[in-house]
Amino acid sequence: MMRTWQSARRLLPLIAVFGMFLAGCGREDLSVLKPQGPAAESSLGLMKLAISIMIVVLLIVFSIAAYVMIRFRRKPGQNEIPDQTHGSFKLEVLWTVIPLILVIVLAVPTVRTVFALGDNHSGDKNAIKVKVTGHQYWWEFEYPDYGIKTAQDLIIPAGKDIAFELTTNDVLHSFWVPSLSGKIDTNPTGATNRFSFSAPKEGVYRGKCAELCGPSHGFMEFKVKAVSNDEFNQWIEAQKEPAVLPADPVLAETFKEQCLKCHAVGDQGMSVGPSLTGIGSRESVAGILLNDDTRQDGAPVEENLKTWLHDTQGVKPGNLMPDPKQDMGLSDDEIDRIAEYLAGYKLN
Amino acid sequence: MDWITTVDHKKIAILYLWAGGLFFGIGGIEALLIRWQLIKPMNDFVDAQTFNELITMHGTTMIFLGVMPIIFALMNAVIPLQIGARDVAFPFLNALGFWTFLFGGLLLNLSWMMGGAPDAGWTSYTPLSGTAYSGTHGVDFYTIGLQIAGLGTLIGGINFLATIITMRAPGMSFMRMPMFAWTTFITSAIILFAFPAITVGLVLLTFDRILGANFFVPGGGGSPVLWQHIFWIFGHPEVYILILPAFGIISEVIPTFARKRLFGYSSMVFATILIAFLGFMVWAHHMFTTGLSPVANALFAVSTMLIAVPTGIKIFNWLFTLWGGSVRFATPNLFASGFIPTFTMGGVTGVMLASAPADFQFHDTYFVVAHFHYVIVGGLVMGLFAGLHYWWPKMFGRMLSETLGKWTFWTFIIGFHLTFFVQHFLGLMGMQRRVFTYLPNQHFDTLNLVSTIGAGLMGAGMLVFLANVWITSRKPPDAGGDPWEDGRTLEWSIPSPSPEYNFKQTPLVRGLDAFWKEKTAGNKGMTPAEPIGSIHMPSATPLPFVMAVGIFIAGLGFMFSRDDFSSALVSFLFNNYVVTGLGLLITFGAMLVRSLYDDHGWHIEPEELEGR
Ligand code: HEM
Ligand SMILES: [Cu+2]
Repeated sequence: MMRTWQSARRLLPLIAVFGMFLAGCGREDLSVLKPQGPAAESSLGLMKLAISIMIVVLLIVFSIAAYVMIRFRRKPGQNEIPDQTHGSFKLEVLWTVIPLILVIVLAVPTVRTVFALGDNHSGDKNAIKVKVTGHQYWWEFEYPDYGIKTAQDLIIPAGKDIAFELTTNDVLHSFWVPSLSGKIDTNPTGATNRFSFSAPKEGVYRGKCAELCGPSHGFMEFKVKAVSNDEFNQWIEAQKEPAVLPADPVLAETFKEQCLKCHAVGDQGMSVGPSLTGIGSRESVAGILLNDDTRQDGAPVEENLKTWLHDTQGVKPGNLMPDPKQDMGLSDDEIDRIAEYLAGYKLN
Repeated sequence: MDWITTVDHKKIAILYLWAGGLFFGIGGIEALLIRWQLIKPMNDFVDAQTFNELITMHGTTMIFLGVMPIIFALMNAVIPLQIGARDVAFPFLNALGFWTFLFGGLLLNLSWMMGGAPDAGWTSYTPLSGTAYSGTHGVDFYTIGLQIAGLGTLIGGINFLATIITMRAPGMSFMRMPMFAWTTFITSAIILFAFPAITVGLVLLTFDRILGANFFVPGGGGSPVLWQHIFWIFGHPEVYILILPAFGIISEVIPTFARKRLFGYSSMVFATILIAFLGFMVWAHHMFTTGLSPVANALFAVSTMLIAVPTGIKIFNWLFTLWGGSVRFATPNLFASGFIPTFTMGGVTGVMLASAPADFQFHDTYFVVAHFHYVIVGGLVMGLFAGLHYWWPKMFGRMLSETLGKWTFWTFIIGFHLTFFVQHFLGLMGMQRRVFTYLPNQHFDTLNLVSTIGAGLMGAGMLVFLANVWITSRKPPDAGGDPWEDGRTLEWSIPSPSPEYNFKQTPLVRGLDAFWKEKTAGNKGMTPAEPIGSIHMPSATPLPFVMAVGIFIAGLGFMFSRDDFSSALVSFLFNNYVVTGLGLLITFGAMLVRSLYDDHGWHIEPEELEGR
């Protein structure tokens, strides 16, 4: 075993070079190559080890290939018959044993990391428990210890271990935050999955669904927002506050009747669709319309809400929300006012 | 008519080639449409539903209907010749295998015209592939079409097993068999064990969908993870069904063009068997993120990595076959030489994927798309191109143009690496697979553009190949029996294209590379193992075609047995299984005719053999 580690250590310079090369790729909040937490780091560590070994293998194969193809090319007029060698026992043993050693070098840390990442923190008192439920095409996050539910934005305290319990309400999905951790599938209840990760640095990280789940599979995104402990506690408290309804009582009534059939705000409504509590302070509408008007691919919350409510199928084809105008009979004006109200519904 | 009734393995090979060409073309067009949709972020060239149908049909078509028949075409064209046989063991079954395959494939593709193609991915994971989430008949076309096509494949596999076991020429022991015959043998064995698994899976899924059973439906106590196990117990061996024949082809082409015998023949045989064996033990590496236990993940990770060892043996043996040889880069050998580094790159990423904690990141991203295309396209398709250019004169009596062949090679391989190399990075940068579009500003745009351009180039390479085939077919057949001049195996000892009976006299095999051995001993041809005598031939018959048509009708009937049609009569026919019954009646009727009517075949007499 010592040996294998030594040969692994010899690869370190190569790993370093590759690390630098790969680190050039992608966004910090999204790329596997720029890990922002320990789980993603341990995956990347293995990837670097594997790719270093593999590059060595490739270099050997490529050089031999280039050599034989150039050196033994038939020249014009060359017509002799080369030696009909049968093979070489020694050489054949050599290229059985070397790959075997390389495989062992990779297998040992692989097995270790499998067990290390298998630790799901479900019994850990200090970990924050979160139940993730996949829906076509949105994510529900429940905090059983605090009795609250939210959607699309997963708020977590930075630095703490989060103990996840994952299921799906319909088809299979897969929960993936590339810069924080590898993915894990959401299976129907009965085959609930557990795993854990943490985000040491505060920030917003992009999450995706990685299992084909229907037409809008590609749009089933979410955000993980790591905040300070205090901010987290404040957010929990704010979530528990009673619902804020539209100031106009007529609009409030329409909103209750039409929207709260599926959605929830504060202590009111249902959780068939994503909770709307504090949607004005979320990172995105529907997971993909980014509420960031400082960037060219973002727009103010209110505008995004209007985009969504006026054309839900256009934004996310195949999603299960009825159309506000066609199916719920709301007028354009009512839709805009509801959007305005929701945009102003902020926590804190 | 001749083509519908033929039972000659050489003609069936050509039928397989046409069918393969057709489906490969369809799958290729689907691929180009997919790449066109992904050329820029938020593209709306096709809608989300159509996109999912396209990826599903592309994957399904390519794996089951595109490359498989081309492999079978080469096997049919070459195996009996390589082992010195006059035909396959069961010529009638051979034809039946082809026709069921073809009609299964046609049924699957009919879905485009009959209300929606399957849309749950080529893996058809439940519950997405259940009626609750996939409401069209798409997935029914998938389950029933693949079952019919799979029947054909299974028949073909059994036929090759029997042929290779029982019909080798005198003197051809197993350890004197050409590598392509070996890999065909092992591939057929894998088919024999793997296809029953998918058949059971597809039957159960059909029951779920059409008869309302609950095998894979969570609400009814079924398990989606069970489907994944059944699918991959078939699915992983399936990728070896695809790649082993390519290994065989490369092992034929390289020695011929290096003028050397294959380096380490017996370790090649051993490695092939080991790969087949390990191929059955590693299916759960497709399921690392399903939530298996760490113990299972660790075991499957390590057993998967082990496959690298026999694969490595093969790579180095090929390289050392070239070492010290006199290497000529005719088109077949260009493809074979391009195969080695390209396939190695695919194998290497395979080992990376096997490291389970790293796969938590790779899985279901473009990294995986890159990996398996490196293996399937960079490995198998390059192997098939090598084989087609190599055996074309034997199949058709004409040499493909070398100039066009080289053009095909260079456009194809450059296009290939452009398309797929960058996808490794897309995956690592966070792009999942099977997404119909992506948001801008994620650093995905440029690499996707590059990938689409590469796909276009590959398409161009295909067109050059088609042009080559077209131009060649208009030339007179002029290829000699041994057109590459350095042929080593038995098929090169007879004229091109070979006569209906293959060998006038069964050859006597005196060693590995039998024909080469005779040539270097100064002999013009093979030493016969028997005097010239009358040759028994099987009769042509339309029955296999009729049987396949019957199954096709029965499949369609069953699929629509729950539908309401606007015409009461049509509804009556389908809902009471009249159509299904009619189809089965046709098939069983043809079987009955086959068993009652004694066909002794016919004979070619010695005078006729000499009189040419
Ligand atoms: C050295 C040999 C190989 C190794 C170690 C290997 C390993 C793997 C692993 C671990 C995966 C799972 C990746 C994931 O889903 O995250 C995978 C996927 C795949 N492999 Fe391979 N493989 C090898 C050869 C092949 C060959 C020969 C083929 C085909 C001819 C192939 C085709 C595929 C396909 C189609 C998938 C994608 C499955 C899907 O997610 O739909 N592989 N391979
Ligand atoms: Cu999803």
